[in-house]
Amino acid sequence: MTDVSIQLPGLHLKNPVIPASGCFGFGREFAELYDLSLLGGIAIKSATPQPRFGNELPRVAETYGGMLNAIGLQNPGVDAIIARELPWLAQFDTEIIANVAGACEEDYVEVVQKLNDQPVVKAFELNISCPNVKHGGIGLGTKPELAASVTRMVKKVAKKPVWVKLSPNVTNIVEIAKAVEDAGADGLVLINTLMGMRLDLKTGKPILANVTGGLSGPAIKSVAIRMVYQTAQAVHIPIIGVGGISSARDVLEFLYAGASAVEVGMYNFVDPYGCVKIIKELPMVLEEYGYSSLHEAIGRSYR
Amino acid sequence: MREEKGTIRLQECIASDTYRMIIEACCAEDMKPGQFVNIQVEGFSLRRPISISSIEETTFTIVYKAVGEGTKKLAQMTAGQTLDIIGPLGSSYPLDIEENDVLIIGGGVGVPPLYELAKQYRHKGKNVYVALGFQDKSSVFYEEEFRNLGCQTYVATMDGSYGTKGTVMDAIREHKITCDFVCACGPRMMLHAIEERYTKGYMSFEARMACGIGACMACVARDKKEADMYHRICKEGPVFPIGKVEY
Repeated sequence: MTDVSIQLPGLHLKNPVIPASGCFGFGREFAELYDLSLLGGIAIKSATPQPRFGNELPRVAETYGGMLNAIGLQNPGVDAIIARELPWLAQFDTEIIANVAGACEEDYVEVVQKLNDQPVVKAFELNISCPNVKHGGIGLGTKPELAASVTRMVKKVAKKPVWVKLSPNVTNIVEIAKAVEDAGADGLVLINTLMGMRLDLKTGKPILANVTGGLSGPAIKSVAIRMVYQTAQAVHIPIIGVGGISSARDVLEFLYAGASAVEVGMYNFVDPYGCVKIIKELPMVLEEYGYSSLHEAIGRSYR
Repeated sequence: MREEKGTIRLQECIASDTYRMIIEACCAEDMKPGQFVNIQVEGFSLRRPISISSIEETTFTIVYKAVGEGTKKLAQMTAGQTLDIIGPLGSSYPLDIEENDVLIIGGGVGVPPLYELAKQYRHKGKNVYVALGFQDKSSVFYEEEFRNLGCQTYVATMDGSYGTKGTVMDAIREHKITCDFVCACGPRMMLHAIEERYTKGYMSFEARMACGIGACMACVARDKKEADMYHRICKEGPVFPIGKVEY
């Protein structure tokens, strides 16, 4: 049998498939459909210091080959997540990645400090790339010095490995990746959504109440592959690839580009069983292309 | 809730741009009035949430308007073809109610889920009054179907080409319907008008959705009374008590 397990900072993944933050809530809805222990890990919904309601509606719009979202980091706040969601998640044999968001550097530090002593959380994923919040988020993620600064501050207090989720809405993602690596990041997650917009043909006005939103889905896969490919050759820390994955073949393409694991986002909406179907297919696809483990495929495009 | 391939048994145009489709699927046995299914249409990224308009033993019926590209594609499908369906989803109208009289108010594409509800209330021996609102005569559908259930049915059209000229509220006034327990589904303007006049009953809401199962937070609405509380239209809804959510 093909070996699909992989060891990464903080994460002992039985397979490389992880639902992406924001596309899976805290897993409760999907747990009605399948055993969450089948998943390599789960990147849970962003945590901010205080509860956030998020943006006005409409928050989503369909696009060709994808969708736009402008949820606005709606979450019950880190304290409620610790009280209600983490104890429930503890029953599953899967690696929980806590996605951390905020409006300023101090917010990230506060959330990480609160989650530090939660054994359920195996690693942090800093969301410095959300395009849908006014402050912080993408603001921190588009300048190398700011991205490095928040990473450094979090690394000082974090008791678990820190992964940084990067924005594709930049001219040079490699520059930011290197700055974050130098600041001590244990790994990178790329990419977050691409900023986009749609207009209503009747009114002429934006469909999303937030005007702009983040584009995800198959439409962005080739952008993600390119960015993983460029970044993987420039840094020495592992990469989790995200962007439009909807099959085991897509996973293999991300492995070739240099990703060691993947996150699956919008596909969970198209097919709620999507992640488990990909996990089931993956060993067969690897075998079909002549690999006996994930490692053999990782970075194949440039090696 | 389950995901399965349903088989189209019938597709017919019943009014202007309005289609009725009967689908055979196992999930029909779990369905309750007011719930919806999330249908995948080939070539489109997101599923289409469509309310269930009637439930039979092994089939269910949807009535939908072909307004966007996705529903237009759905309207081209024919009997024998299959559809990927997730359902049933969301909350339903309560069936065990004390009231003996129920006023059902539907507007346009909000009418379909109320048909199964009327059917089940009639089975329970309730007196069911029905007020339906449409744009014009060519858009009217299901008037006869409600009447065949034994409901006192009234229609209003905005342009006055059929029934009462004006809204469902005008029809209710004209026919002096005094029943104060309401089950409604329709456009926002209609729901606002209902909420101004009625305090007892339930309303179903519509929203742009992504996952349809409560995970993505695309379709939330604030609670009317508690500022920090919110409800997911796809999960806690689409049916809520009158006065529950801010919209």
